[in-house]
Amino acid sequence: MENSEQKSNSVARKIKEKIFLGTVMACAVLAVFPLVLLLGYVIIKGISSISPAFFTNLPAPVGESGGGIGNGIIGTFMIVLIGAFFSFPIGIFGGLWLAESGKGKRGFWIRYAVDVMSGIPSIIFALFAYVIFVLPMHRFSAIAGGFAVSLVMIPYITRTTEEMIKMVPRTLKESALALGIPEWRVSVSIVLRSAWNGIFTGVMLAIARAAGETAPLLFTAFSNMYWNVALDKPTASMTVQIYTYSISPYEEWHKLAWAGSLVLVAFVLTITVLVRKFSKRITYG
Amino acid sequence: MDKELEKKKIEVKGLNAWFEEKQALFNINMYVKEQGVTSIIGPSGCGKSTFIRCINRMHETVPGATAKGEILVDGKDINAPGSDPVELRRQIGMVFQKPTPFPTMSIYDNVVAGIKLGGLKKKEALDEVVEISLKQAALWDEVKDILFKPGIGLSGGQQQRLCIARALAVKPNILLLDEPCSALDPISTGKIEELIHQLKKAYTIVIVTHNMQQAARIADYTGFFLMGELIEFDHTAKIFTAPTDKRTEDYVTGRFG
Repeated sequence: MENSEQKSNSVARKIKEKIFLGTVMACAVLAVFPLVLLLGYVIIKGISSISPAFFTNLPAPVGESGGGIGNGIIGTFMIVLIGAFFSFPIGIFGGLWLAESGKGKRGFWIRYAVDVMSGIPSIIFALFAYVIFVLPMHRFSAIAGGFAVSLVMIPYITRTTEEMIKMVPRTLKESALALGIPEWRVSVSIVLRSAWNGIFTGVMLAIARAAGETAPLLFTAFSNMYWNVALDKPTASMTVQIYTYSISPYEEWHKLAWAGSLVLVAFVLTITVLVRKFSKRITYG
Repeated sequence: MDKELEKKKIEVKGLNAWFEEKQALFNINMYVKEQGVTSIIGPSGCGKSTFIRCINRMHETVPGATAKGEILVDGKDINAPGSDPVELRRQIGMVFQKPTPFPTMSIYDNVVAGIKLGGLKKKEALDEVVEISLKQAALWDEVKDILFKPGIGLSGGQQQRLCIARALAVKPNILLLDEPCSALDPISTGKIEELIHQLKKAYTIVIVTHNMQQAARIADYTGFFLMGELIEFDHTAKIFTAPTDKRTEDYVTGRFG
């Protein structure tokens, strides 16, 4: 009697275990399923409209074929560069400060603020950039877009830099100080330099992230239909072009939106994969 | 002890040191004679590293670490107001327990790091400094053909001699060695000991070691530390053959430690 009860217990336990494992695995599969689906769909829908002209042409008016996203590619490039211009120094030096001197109360609050910042929806950054740049300048511009994008990048770069610098052993810093090298020089030329590989990884991922942002650009860089390299003029970007094309009622433009998505996804994936592949774990000593 | 005959390079008077609330050194009084080797021995955690890190003011770079007392180098108080720790550290080279070549730099750049990053302007003479320093550190013959390869590619013993060359390149006159051989094999240790023997003709050397045989082999003077106190300080021969304090005798005869 007792024996059979024990037996049924162990069977029940094994079934429970199987159900649990199955559920966990199914969730893991479900997590990557959208990515696979998305990649497949974007490739199938977009590949037919990809041609060399797609990369070099301006958007074509409705009804004409052969339109491209040449100005959007250049625009995205400009906006990301401006974003990098603002966010690299602030993010990298901010992260350096947090890692080197951010142990106290001030460090705690700054780190907290950076974390809060990374959780703020990017459309809010666009509003901020709108007030700071677009209103006084009375027009949309690449600068306004780049600034909004830099606000997305700053917390990411700051925290990556901090984490990477914390991995640099203290003995390395001590040996440099003991050589009579001034402290600021030790921070920049020894500590920051030693952590540089890891920081570079974070910076590249931030760039990939920035290139894929739409919301911060909607009413900051806006968009255009012509070639432009002026920083103070409305500037097209791949993401906003995709947005404009896809909400339009024209079949021709929908195709362009798919092709644009494919280019963007390919760009972001390439950066991510390359960075992961080539960023070696640094070893010290 | 014929103290008066020898010039005191470093004089320590009433030195106390703390990590936060915990006191690590208690009223240390000793001196280091010019051009010679002074070794600091004692069991782990007795404050010997803290002691030499006070001499080049590295102790204060640790958050929460403080020190009180007088340390005179060439008769000048290193903690006097207006005394610059950066200048002091150029005069006092230091080599640490674990070899720490800068991982992003070539052998050449490692040697000149202190000169270049310290803003000492003698760029035209860098090649010469590299050769002299590496020769002084008995490493030149092994690396002269690979000067622009990374410093971390060398063996542990070579790395440690690179660190010595790096310290010598700044032209200090005092060298602090904080257990420089404890991470090395016996052959590398032998090379470093021979090097110390060469260097003591031109430099004042203070070496921390937990290896009593090493102290006996290379040091002219030896100080024995125990639980943050200097128990005994004398000629090395005297410390090892006829110590006056019972605790010193127990330690050097291997009864504890």
